[in-house]
Amino acid sequence: MRERAIAVTGLGVVSAIGTGVPDFWDSLRNGRSGIRPLRFARAKDLRFPNGAEADGYDAAVHFEPKRLSFIDPFAQYGIVAAREAVRDSGLELTSDLKDRLAIITGSSAGGQAAMDDGFVDLYAKGSPRVNPLMIPRVMSNSAASHIAMEFGIRGPAFSVSTACSSANHAIGQALMLLRSGACEAAITGGCEAVFSFGFLKAWEAMRVVAPDTCRPFSKDRAGLILGEGAGMLVLEPLERAQARGARVYAILRGSGMSADAHHITQPSPDGAALAIRNALADASLDPAQVGYVNAHGTGTPANDPTETAAIRKAFGVHADKLLVSSTKSMHGHALGAAGGIEAVATVLAIHNSFVPPTANFTQPDPACDLDVVPNTGRASEIEAALSNSFAFGGLNAVLAFSRLP
Amino acid sequence: MSEDVLSRVIAVIAEAQKIPAEGITADSTFEELKIDSLDGINIVFAVENEFNVNIPDDAARSIRTVRDVAEGVEKLLAGA
Repeated sequence: MRERAIAVTGLGVVSAIGTGVPDFWDSLRNGRSGIRPLRFARAKDLRFPNGAEADGYDAAVHFEPKRLSFIDPFAQYGIVAAREAVRDSGLELTSDLKDRLAIITGSSAGGQAAMDDGFVDLYAKGSPRVNPLMIPRVMSNSAASHIAMEFGIRGPAFSVSTACSSANHAIGQALMLLRSGACEAAITGGCEAVFSFGFLKAWEAMRVVAPDTCRPFSKDRAGLILGEGAGMLVLEPLERAQARGARVYAILRGSGMSADAHHITQPSPDGAALAIRNALADASLDPAQVGYVNAHGTGTPANDPTETAAIRKAFGVHADKLLVSSTKSMHGHALGAAGGIEAVATVLAIHNSFVPPTANFTQPDPACDLDVVPNTGRASEIEAALSNSFAFGGLNAVLAFSRLP
Repeated sequence: MSEDVLSRVIAVIAEAQKIPAEGITADSTFEELKIDSLDGINIVFAVENEFNVNIPDDAARSIRTVRDVAEGVEKLLAGA
């Protein structure tokens, strides 16, 4: 079954650099960062002033007011991105297909904003009760549930939670379901909303958020910048896509996973290298066929050299020929949505034969000595590309995409 | 360096790491005490609570010894 090629036929995105694929790709192409001073209410009480809040997103445009009260922003982003991906794919949602469509979403924190609001009521305001919609809003499967309800989809549907790797794990699961024939098509990716005071304070406490911006691989990088949004793909067997005359962006060729078994927050190059190797093997790709790696590239002191070492371990001499960029430099680190947003970016890179840059780059770091495509994107006929996610807790997931031959 | 600040810092570290305070001196390094980066962040949090101070990120990340912590706290207490 591994020979059954799985095609990417639809893309949808909500991000700090655009809601909708056209704006998103335009920003990536031009190296335009969406990292800005935080707009949300209590931002002044945080140690870090900047974040990558969703751009061009107005909830009222996408949802009726009554329905909005049921849906936390993280799920809203997921639904909006899924809508775009489904429309983009041109899939005809017949009753039969709806029974056989899978929905697999990734989110690390789910509706944590709703939980934060509820706790303010209980502990700060001394209210004897919380909103009865708190659980349906908080549960991290709510995105998958709402997407199913929206389209009437009745196939296998669930959500995956592995911190910063959630979306890559979710997409990897969708790939497995498709290859096994457990579903006929899939909507998959990730969604996350991070900008609530309690959650941001938790990130502040870990001392990993940059006071300025996200500078992956730069010598003076100072940490990550939190982001939000969603990235969703429509996947189906290539034969099925071609039979219905669908536009195929790229092939999702493989997924590789591993655990570091090392530390609950610090990464390990060996675990990451294993996930990369597993992805290459699953995709039947020789390292020399890979032209582009969309890095995990958070811009923390720890990640970037560890990831560089992992890439070198996995690729050997070919590492020096790779173009490796971190689009987190533009859309921030969207945690459980990161893999979804970055999958959309990687697919667009292949489809457009253009590698988006690592923005905000100032000076090279000898410990991150790959070609990181600093500041300006580059035209490149990409045969195959990887997208890396290396999460807290050492759970790694790497996706491999290739151009349609 | 104030003996009071130092002994309170040592007590915080001993409690956080679940090690005896007697084994900790001003010159003890975090490395010797087997305090990794995440433990270090936890200790910074406990120290902030103990003294009601705010330790900025770059200071937090550059702490290597018990003395660094005690002297840093003194500066913040004096400045406040």
